[in-house]
Amino acid sequence: MSPKWIIARLTFREATRRRIVLTALVLGMGFLIIYSIGFHLINNQVSTVNRDAVSQVSRNEGFNFLFLAGLYAVAFLSVAMGALLGVDTLAGEISSGTVQTVVTKPIQRGDVVVGKWLGYASLLGLYLIMMAGGIIASVWLQSRYAAQHMLQGVGLIYFESLIIMTIALLCSSRLSALAAGGVVFGLYGLSFIGGWVEQLGSILHSSTAVDVGIVTSLIIPSEAMWRRAAYEMQSPLSGLLNMSPFGTTSVPSALMIVYAGVYVVAALILTMRIFTQRDL
Amino acid sequence: MPDSHALSTKELRKVFGDTVAVKGLTLQVEPGEVFGFLGPNGAGKTTSIKMLLGLIAPTSGTATLLGSPLGDRQARAHIGFLPEHFRFHDWLSANEFLTLHGQLYGMEASRLARRIPELLDMVGLLQFQKKQLRTYSKGMLQRIGLAQSLLNDPSLVFLDEPTSGLDPVGRRLVRDIIHELRRKGTGVFLNSHLLSEIEVTCDRVAFIKHGEVIRVLELKKLEDIKASVTIRAVGLTADILTGLCQWGQDVRADGDHLSMAVPNEAVLPEINRYLVSQGVEVFAMTPQRLSLEEIFIQVVGTDSEL
Repeated sequence: MSPKWIIARLTFREATRRRIVLTALVLGMGFLIIYSIGFHLINNQVSTVNRDAVSQVSRNEGFNFLFLAGLYAVAFLSVAMGALLGVDTLAGEISSGTVQTVVTKPIQRGDVVVGKWLGYASLLGLYLIMMAGGIIASVWLQSRYAAQHMLQGVGLIYFESLIIMTIALLCSSRLSALAAGGVVFGLYGLSFIGGWVEQLGSILHSSTAVDVGIVTSLIIPSEAMWRRAAYEMQSPLSGLLNMSPFGTTSVPSALMIVYAGVYVVAALILTMRIFTQRDL
Repeated sequence: MPDSHALSTKELRKVFGDTVAVKGLTLQVEPGEVFGFLGPNGAGKTTSIKMLLGLIAPTSGTATLLGSPLGDRQARAHIGFLPEHFRFHDWLSANEFLTLHGQLYGMEASRLARRIPELLDMVGLLQFQKKQLRTYSKGMLQRIGLAQSLLNDPSLVFLDEPTSGLDPVGRRLVRDIIHELRRKGTGVFLNSHLLSEIEVTCDRVAFIKHGEVIRVLELKKLEDIKASVTIRAVGLTADILTGLCQWGQDVRADGDHLSMAVPNEAVLPEINRYLVSQGVEVFAMTPQRLSLEEIFIQVVGTDSEL
């Protein structure tokens, strides 16, 4: 087995042994139960209203809103999970000295970085499958509603969490866990507010505000991935009328997705470079 | 031409900002040799070991490890390392921990299956192999760390304070392991503060101060090096005491008792002959060899000199 996969397996096993997976599983299930109860209550309320008065179209708009609201929360949880997993991993092992017996083996330090990234990427993938799958299943089972382009949408949410996890790993290669956490959440906040500035700029036809949003997306493209995901999964009507708070008037382009891909690869290469060159 | 030394450094230097941690380390360790690395706190020992293992990059200087430049992956496959602060993935069991490190060495599963019980037995942890390391005592962690450093049957193993967490039984175990390693021809680079331990295990020692090797000593020749002698004699005069200075220094007399430092024990018969020829009645002559600790103090100085 190559060193990358040995480290990836170790990372995965660590998350299991240190009850990170169990905690995420229990809290995730709690979230899904609450969401399902909420959806059930709203669905019941809507169903008791005269069915003629509430057309199928407007019911679907409501389901789409609730579906995107659920995924919005899942996206945030995935981002938080990616950040928390990433910030302590290298920094923690460097400060404790655990890394010393690992990197003195006949492996490349870059293998440690890639292995950890693969391990956390797998964990995030499974987490998202559980959470997004739970939302999709809950909505479908209760209302037979399925949003469009769900695979692309969930894929983009996954990508968003990978961006944050990769940045967390990058910061962790140079900073302490606490400082890395501060930087990552600071950048996430920047991305979040940049996305809203771009949205509002688009509505108010302010090209400067739109440009500010684009620049923040270039600094950290995570929020742009969510906005693109929401755009993919929003109902055609709310997309047309721009009537959902999760809809978007300034849609991140396909080029932005490509940029985000390059961004992740570049951040990972930079992490490998920093970790390879730094004193341990 | 490939370097035949197990380890060779030339003017290896490390500077952290304004602080010179290692000024210029120059030393050679031969294959199969047990080499002690001595120095006061802050002398740059751990920094030197970290440079040799590729954990930190030297600011300048050159070095080879098993004939290859520092950081060479192929050479690292034949190196073992027990770090000073033995922190490991403590959520793993001892068995899993050794399997992980064996895999990182690229060892085959069949070889690991043989080697792991062998090592666990050697360090006395066979019955605790399924326990997570977080339940281990400090001494047990050091033992499992030692087992980890020997997984690959290394050609050269770096032991950084290998007995700091061990009780006397554990220390004896480490001593026995080092003797066994020497018997098998495995080189050992031993950094320890326990000079008595160094004295009984090492072939040679290097004294390091301010990041420089200030003396290398072959311990087999310890008996030939500087010793002191106390003499009980009657009839000592100032002239006789002055005459004794030709064989040593630091001559001190207190009544019938005389003490002096001599370069080696071989000069004692000559001193005796001289005293008798001067009419001195010699009742006792007691040579006292310097311990490694005394040599250490002489070579690196006391704390006030650091």
